[in-house]
Amino acid sequence: MKELFLKKLPLAFKGNKMALGAVIVIILLVLASVFAFLYPVNPNKINVMQRLSTPSLSHPFGTDDMGRDYLARSLYGGRVSLLVGFLAMILSTIIGIAVGTVSGYFGGIIDTVLMRIVDVLMSLPTFLIMVVMSAYLKSGVESVIIIIGLLTWMSIARIVRAETISAKEREFVIYSKVSGERPWKIMLVHIIPIIMPTIIVSATINIASAILMESSLSFFGMGVKPPNASWGSMLNNAQGYITEAPYLAIIPGLLIFLTVISFNFSGDVLRGVFEPNTKTD
Amino acid sequence: MTRVIKRIVQSIFIIFIVSIVCFGLTKLAPGDPVLTYIQPNMSENYINQIRESLGLNKPIYIQYFIWLKGILAGNFGHSLINNRLVLTQVIERLPATMLLMGTSLVISTIIAIPLGLLSAEYKNKFLDKIIGFLSYVGISIPTFWLAIVLIYMFSVNLRILPSIGMHSVGDNTFLDLLKHMILPCTVIIFSNVAVYIRYIRSSAITELTSDYVMVQTAYGASRFVILFQHVLKNVMLPIITILGMSLQNLVSGAIITETIFGWPGMGQLAINSVMTFDYPLIMAITMFTALLIIIGNLAADLLYSVVDPRIKIL
Repeated sequence: MKELFLKKLPLAFKGNKMALGAVIVIILLVLASVFAFLYPVNPNKINVMQRLSTPSLSHPFGTDDMGRDYLARSLYGGRVSLLVGFLAMILSTIIGIAVGTVSGYFGGIIDTVLMRIVDVLMSLPTFLIMVVMSAYLKSGVESVIIIIGLLTWMSIARIVRAETISAKEREFVIYSKVSGERPWKIMLVHIIPIIMPTIIVSATINIASAILMESSLSFFGMGVKPPNASWGSMLNNAQGYITEAPYLAIIPGLLIFLTVISFNFSGDVLRGVFEPNTKTD
Repeated sequence: MTRVIKRIVQSIFIIFIVSIVCFGLTKLAPGDPVLTYIQPNMSENYINQIRESLGLNKPIYIQYFIWLKGILAGNFGHSLINNRLVLTQVIERLPATMLLMGTSLVISTIIAIPLGLLSAEYKNKFLDKIIGFLSYVGISIPTFWLAIVLIYMFSVNLRILPSIGMHSVGDNTFLDLLKHMILPCTVIIFSNVAVYIRYIRSSAITELTSDYVMVQTAYGASRFVILFQHVLKNVMLPIITILGMSLQNLVSGAIITETIFGWPGMGQLAINSVMTFDYPLIMAITMFTALLIIIGNLAADLLYSVVDPRIKIL
């Protein structure tokens, strides 16, 4: 099974130039965030003499309202945004897989109770609850990650549950059950590898929406607080200067947009690789 | 009929649990609610009296039932900030949001259906690729960024459209209202259409491979008739799902869009209430929105059998 996927993967990307572009963008952004320290400018260094200068050779992205180099802030902000998106996705995926596999594997009353919990949580207005919760908890990266992670696992859980229900009818799963393997081992060693492709697709889409949510929360002043930046909070700051320095708003938004669209696109391409029976491609 | 009743009972059950969650959420909030009612030099006794009168001394489940009883009677309490009835404030803001969201919803659907169907028809051809790309943009673009960019282009640079509020000062004409609606509606419509098109397209592609399409073509029906008459009827199912999911947006509004454009609706009210820690208002808006999500899902579920007789719910 694995070899088939590994063979199909490069083929899917070779034929599809945009997919390749999307992956390159993601790799570039990740590298830029990780190696942000290589850029010799301090993103928090205030230099009021040079505030609001347009992009130039010395400041490739210009400076913001406090004279801080915008490129440096974008790099470090990108690090925050990507980190939050990634970790929130991890949290969301772990909860979703746990709930989904347990629900799908055991069925019965466990399934009913867990799915009701999913129903209740999906009936809550997600963004509103996120805003409410971030107003309560102390602001910062950790809170944002936990809030986003706790409110986005439900769709993954549903998908995982559906896949688990079909996966547990496979022969080797039945054999394991019959030969007395403990349920936890079956779920971990057999079922999860079967549903891994679906999980990967959901996770990619999940990162994209996590990044969007983090930037929206930061845009409202919750989440990452100054002087630390994330792309969303940079946009919040830029609103007031839209007439004098529009690039302050355009750049972080563009970066968010490129990141999110690359993840969404990759997720769809991966779905095409892993689920060839969907006729929509 | 029993399935309908079962479904409705399920929904009521979920509503109750959601109400407990909403109540718990606001009770978990840091800070003592008494603080808004007291002054620094009041005696301990007096503070306790106030606490008693607000019912804060009672055990938490009693407080919940008191709140629930109030809700069922339509009493959502008073705003902590301006002491007006919460219900009044919500009802005040509702028309503005419904105008914005309702218009956007209708226009989104009108735009998305032909685009989605055509996208399916010309699958993988140029038209499909363009529409597909635009839909990617629509789901990936941060709404607040799109809003800011549009404001910059049309209000700051070209100066042809207003960027804030619902009316210009002193101008109550319909035309003015329309001008104010254009930018926020565009933002909402763009994001919505992107989402709708994906559902409609994938559903239509599946439909186009069905037998009845082949039969109709054999009968000589034009592609147009097949698409917009026969396929459309079968694509109604996902459209209803989406519309059911969008019902809550009619009320909770586009929180982000309303805040940026200063549109005086429920979304803005929600954000303001969170910023000012106005708990009764927060509770009410959350409950309201959750209620609409549940009703929307229920309505969509029940409508399935009306639209598709093969689905036996009724």
